[in-house]
Amino acid sequence: MIKLEKLSKIFETPNGGTVMAADKVSLEVPKGEICVLLGPSGCGKTTTLKMINGLIPKTSGKIHVAGRDTDTIDPVELRRSIGYVIQQIGLFPNMTIEDNICIVPDLLGWERSKARKRAAELLDLVNLDPSIFLKRFPKELSGGQQQRVGVIRALAADPPVLLMDEPFGAIDPINRAVIQDEFLRMQTELRKTIAFVSHDIDEAIKMADKIAIFRDGKLEQFDSPDDLLARPANDFIASFLGSDRTLKRLSLLKVSDVMLSGRIRVSAQDDVATARDMMKEAGHKNIVMVGPRGRARGYLHLNDVVEASGTVEEHYQALPTTVNVDADLRTAVSRMFRHDMTWMACVDDDGFFKGFITQRAISHQLGATYRDTPTEGLT
Amino acid sequence: MSRSIRGADVSETMKTRAALVLGIALGAALTVAAQGYFGEIWRTYSEDIIYLTKQHVVLVLISSGLAILVGVPAGILLSRDFMRRYSETLLQVFNIGTTIPTLAILALSITLLGIGFKPAIFGLWVATLLPIVRNVFQGLRDVPAHLKEAAQGMGMTPLHILRSVELPNALYVMFAGIRTAVAVNVGTAPLAFLIGGGGLGELIFTGIDLNDMQMLLAGVIPVGLFSMLADYALAKGQFWLIPRGVNPLRP
Repeated sequence: MIKLEKLSKIFETPNGGTVMAADKVSLEVPKGEICVLLGPSGCGKTTTLKMINGLIPKTSGKIHVAGRDTDTIDPVELRRSIGYVIQQIGLFPNMTIEDNICIVPDLLGWERSKARKRAAELLDLVNLDPSIFLKRFPKELSGGQQQRVGVIRALAADPPVLLMDEPFGAIDPINRAVIQDEFLRMQTELRKTIAFVSHDIDEAIKMADKIAIFRDGKLEQFDSPDDLLARPANDFIASFLGSDRTLKRLSLLKVSDVMLSGRIRVSAQDDVATARDMMKEAGHKNIVMVGPRGRARGYLHLNDVVEASGTVEEHYQALPTTVNVDADLRTAVSRMFRHDMTWMACVDDDGFFKGFITQRAISHQLGATYRDTPTEGLT
Repeated sequence: MSRSIRGADVSETMKTRAALVLGIALGAALTVAAQGYFGEIWRTYSEDIIYLTKQHVVLVLISSGLAILVGVPAGILLSRDFMRRYSETLLQVFNIGTTIPTLAILALSITLLGIGFKPAIFGLWVATLLPIVRNVFQGLRDVPAHLKEAAQGMGMTPLHILRSVELPNALYVMFAGIRTAVAVNVGTAPLAFLIGGGGLGELIFTGIDLNDMQMLLAGVIPVGLFSMLADYALAKGQFWLIPRGVNPLRP
């Protein structure tokens, strides 16, 4: 969908020298994926992004957007077919929110009523009430609200491709996380092809299907976030990702990825002896007790019931905490550490017991990538 | 000269309003009161006042109208990227121009156009032009670069960006310049009499020369009223013509 071939940009400095802002960058973003261009400032990521919609003219190389060579398209027409979001948001203060959103549809000559209806739909999509916000001016919105409008403005004419230049960079961390989640939820439905500039490694890991790391105008590595974190190609990338990069992988994995089956369970009326046997057979130290419909209610620890008799109900302890199967491992591990546990029961949205995770299973999963790679020594 | 004039705020419109009320009260006293000091002035000079006020208004309207017609496009032109290399130099030349006293400009315009109405218009036009050009230029240059980038990135053409993004966002500063310029114009217009341009200056300067206080006031009061009225009209224009989203006067 977006394809760059040996794309280069040479800037001339005032004193006659030249700067290679982008050096033979080649990469391809498949349809429906988010590619984050990542790197320290001055690495050429923004230059590369702005060459895609022609805001910065390229020196050499080829750019294909939606299968068309951009050299063959009028830049104004090209830009109308690509959504563009910038860090400063760039809502026009002289126009209402409605008119701001309708800019590209109006440029494309959409029927006015159709464009206005679209604006209302889009506001709904980001949980802003159209009846309140359509007629407001940008200065009457909070920063987070403005940024949401900035994003839906880029989506107004339903372009297949979006370019986003640090779109969430100017928002406070709490709102940023909320808007990122909102955006990802929209993306699962919209399946846009997105090039996204960021200098925030955590944002990149969260948002990206693919990450392109830049340094001094060169594309250093182009990989999925997990592969990038597991196998950084060189020392620069490894240090850019941070010494805790293995921990960062936790947020890429879901609880369900490492969850062990919840088939082994007992109910309140079961005999303790049965529970003990099940634990011994499975080699577990704990067993979860479920309610009549399968909700996680408590657990038994093997050492506590070695000599016990009676029903499970008489001996069980409450679960200190559980974790949702859809949560990421970062959340799960953090919760385990907080409650000083080596395992945790996993439940679905309704509280039904699905299985459990152990610290061992998590570290095994993270370590698995390194056991079959020779670059393990890199730190 | 200050880079741009953004003085007016809400309290200032209140002041303008108060000044207008005061002006109306004065005017009422002037025209209605059949007796007393002002009544006598009116009885003596009413014909002159009406005739000369018309001349005065024509002088101001034509000269400031022409100044706006020329100044706004000139400011827009200077603010374009391809003019960037020359615009500061040109504006410096303009700035030096503003340091020349208006009386000197009027005198100089005699050498070009002789005496009468035309050189008066020309002199007033020059004096009015500079603040307008300066503020239009500055207002457009102060439009944040990211707005222009967003506009360009969405596929707006340069002309469309100028019309829908740059001008509306610069309008407040531009209007402030026009308001200042018109104030300068109205204040300078009485000098037009000195080069044969007519207007209420005739009563003022003749009044001074003859040491005739009544004649002097017959010129001064209408000039004062007119300047307040002109500023009030522009303040109203500033309030209503500038879009709400970029108008600091409107909530």
